[in-house]
Amino acid sequence: MIRWDWIGRNLDDIAESLAEHLTLTVIAVLVGFALSFAASLLIHRRRWLYAPFTSVSGFLYTIPSLALFAFLVPFTGLSLLTAEIGLVSYTLLILIRNTVAGLDGVPAEVREAADGMGYSRSQRLWRVELPLALPVIVAGLRIATVTTIGLVMVTALIGQGGLGQLMLRGFNRQFPTMIYVGFVLSVALAVIADAALLLAQRALTPWSRGGVR
Amino acid sequence: MAAYADEGPLGQLVAWLTDPGHWTGPGGVPTRLLEHLELSALAVIAGIAVAVPAGLVIGHTGRGAFLATSVANMGRAIPSYALLLILFPVFGFGLGAPLVALLLLTIPPILTNTYVGVRSVDRDTVEAGRGMGFTARQILLRIEARLALPLVLAGIRTAAVQAVATATLAALIAGGGLGRFIVDGFARRDEGQLLAGALFVGVLAIVTERVFGFLERRAVPPGLLSGRGAEVATPGAPVGAGRA
Amino acid sequence: MAGATVEFRHVTKRYDRGHKGRGAVNDLSLTVPAGNICVLVGPSGCGKTTTLKMVNRLIEPTSGEILIDGRDVQKEPVTELRRRIGYVIQQVGLFPHLTIGQNVAVVPSLLGWSNARKAERVEELLTLVGLDAARYRDRYPHQLSGGERQRVGVARALAADPPVMLMDEPFGAVDPIVRERLQNEFLRLQRELAKTILFVTHDIDEAIKMGDVVAVMQTGGVLAQFGTPTDILANPSSDFVARFVGADRGLKRLSLMRVADLELRPPVTARPGDHAAESRSRALADPFPYLLLVDTDGRPLGWLDERSIPQTGVITDAMAIPMSPLVGFDTTLKDALSMMLDADVHAAIAVDEQGCVHGLVTVDAIAEVMQRRADRWSR
Ligand SMILES: Nc1ncnc2c1ncn2[C@@H]1O[C@H](COP(=O)(O)OP(=O)(O)OP(=O)(O)O)[C@@H](O)[C@H]1O
Ligand SMILES: [Mg+2]
Repeated sequence: MIRWDWIGRNLDDIAESLAEHLTLTVIAVLVGFALSFAASLLIHRRRWLYAPFTSVSGFLYTIPSLALFAFLVPFTGLSLLTAEIGLVSYTLLILIRNTVAGLDGVPAEVREAADGMGYSRSQRLWRVELPLALPVIVAGLRIATVTTIGLVMVTALIGQGGLGQLMLRGFNRQFPTMIYVGFVLSVALAVIADAALLLAQRALTPWSRGGVR
Repeated sequence: MAAYADEGPLGQLVAWLTDPGHWTGPGGVPTRLLEHLELSALAVIAGIAVAVPAGLVIGHTGRGAFLATSVANMGRAIPSYALLLILFPVFGFGLGAPLVALLLLTIPPILTNTYVGVRSVDRDTVEAGRGMGFTARQILLRIEARLALPLVLAGIRTAAVQAVATATLAALIAGGGLGRFIVDGFARRDEGQLLAGALFVGVLAIVTERVFGFLERRAVPPGLLSGRGAEVATPGAPVGAGRA
Repeated sequence: MAGATVEFRHVTKRYDRGHKGRGAVNDLSLTVPAGNICVLVGPSGCGKTTTLKMVNRLIEPTSGEILIDGRDVQKEPVTELRRRIGYVIQQVGLFPHLTIGQNVAVVPSLLGWSNARKAERVEELLTLVGLDAARYRDRYPHQLSGGERQRVGVARALAADPPVMLMDEPFGAVDPIVRERLQNEFLRLQRELAKTILFVTHDIDEAIKMGDVVAVMQTGGVLAQFGTPTDILANPSSDFVARFVGADRGLKRLSLMRVADLELRPPVTARPGDHAAESRSRALADPFPYLLLVDTDGRPLGWLDERSIPQTGVITDAMAIPMSPLVGFDTTLKDALSMMLDADVHAAIAVDEQGCVHGLVTVDAIAEVMQRRADRWSR
């Protein structure tokens, strides 16, 4: 049922799809993280911003991906930009929530000790609060990354899609092998990315006992 | 249609929506909406039927917790789109593939949230119930299930939003539902239809989210502070909303 | 750096600015002399923490001023001010992501010290607070016990050698035995360091033990009494203070006085081999009719009472009945009294470092000194 010979003959194609999938994911997560990080720091300073920021990102998060891409296409075309706008907007809610929660989770006495020792506000943020928030922030990154890897599939409909493209072609040609290859690789990519981020977090936070699950 | 072609996307959307022909018959909006709701509702109800009892038992006995968290993580790692495509060769055309795909996506959030909800009931409360002579069954149904309800409903909300979203993708494998407008819109390069489909699906998802959110707030036992503060996502933790 | 004078002048703090009601601290004025430990003590919510935090401006006063060595804290850049004031909080607040060494070196890092200088300081301070630097330096806070963490908290506050230290219930989170030990070690340390320390506690016993001066505070941040521990115990200025220090304040005063404060009664002594008849008549002539048997160096061997001194012959050490407690000059009268009540002979033997008898502590002598002090304070 799986045509191994086809796989053997098309390794280049498959690798290219995989690389494209990874690129789409990395761009989305990096841009999403940069935006969320800036938003979270703003929220950290001005608490009242939390509600508006999370309701906008929550709204985006609720709209089904296919609908979001459909909204964008008439304006930004079947392009990489369309794909990334959609992908990035799905990372925002998780990343903002976790970054803010991570900063909120810094124990009050630690914050007070930092003030009492004479840290300035930004020293406290960069040297104490962010390092301590890291496990929760990375937990958010893990979920955002895994979710994005899944959503990249859907961008096949707008001509992008990495492994999703592979699966869609397999579907159109009634050729299951392509579907299976795309599926297995995307799940493997998600699992590996998740594990890699977890390991990176463990390495960066030697003080936490085991860290977040 | 051609008459409106150069009016820009929004003009085309208005034109599509105001065309009475699009609101009747087998390919009309009401029919597509019903198809969409039918598929989503079936998946959510089946998901509840499977996941709630399982979650209650796992939470109550503490056995199978590993299974519960693994299922949750898997639910996140397996993209719904991929799931649909991979089930298609197995089930062929029809409701089979979309229904199974949706079911596989609705079970994890309901299961984890039920399990975590029961687990997080204060052990002292359970102890007190036991002390007052509640049977194990009564403890499960009157205390644990009652207190876990808000979290269970949060899981159902996630599952419902997820189902509505994934039901859209069913159109890709020749299913019905509102996703048809989007897929056909793409295929025919009909921006009016494309935007109309996106609008319907978006609104349906938001409405679903809101309705279940409302139910959830109503279900918080009076005396329990609303637990809807900052939700933190950790891999394996209960979920607040889903994605497809 | 030795201590600096800390002065509060009409300091008031109101959290709810709008209200004209009473603040958390009201018109507080007091001066802590350089090098002293000033304990702020009072019931929960009386404004102790608020008072403390106004010194390093974690809380800004509503009105009034606080001066350190005559300089108004308001006039200094806040981070620089804080780096010059040691701060120990109740929950310790060590940074979980830094090693013990890095935690201790926090303020030196902020001040831009070289790595070598920091390492040296860390070593010195950990040793000072009784932790083996080599063993603890590279551990993380969660790998320490509560008591060890408290010590690190103190070491961290001392790092840049600040003239003033603020300590908010620094030994609050440990069990009574560890607390007692930390208190003693800290007092020993302070004898060398001579910092000016503001120390918050709600435990009156800790206040009496640690304070050179004690500020008893009353709900609403009102200063009820400010004075030495002896002063406050002997002469509470109000019913509130009297109730706060407790009905057993007389006994508490005993813990402030030491054997050296007493006039010791000379015992009737004898050595093994002395004539029994002569010793017996000497003992019975004394108002405290016991014979203390001592060795040739003057170290006590045991007591003989009327019945156990033979009429004739010589005295041997086998005749002695069990010894009453030995106390040093440093022993508090409270401990001495407690030991005496448990013993067969109701007197404690005061000995010097060599163990030689210097005199007797009796219940009467303790009662007398208490009486004398009370008279002096009430005059
Ligand atoms: N940030 C704040 N906002 C409003 N009121 C406060 C604040 N901090 C303290 N208070 C109030 O000020 C009063 C004094 O508080 P403070 O913390 O100084 O008491 P405390 O003497 O240290 O008590 P404890 O022994 O319980 O620590 C209390 O009534 C408290 O409720
Ligand atoms: Mg306090």
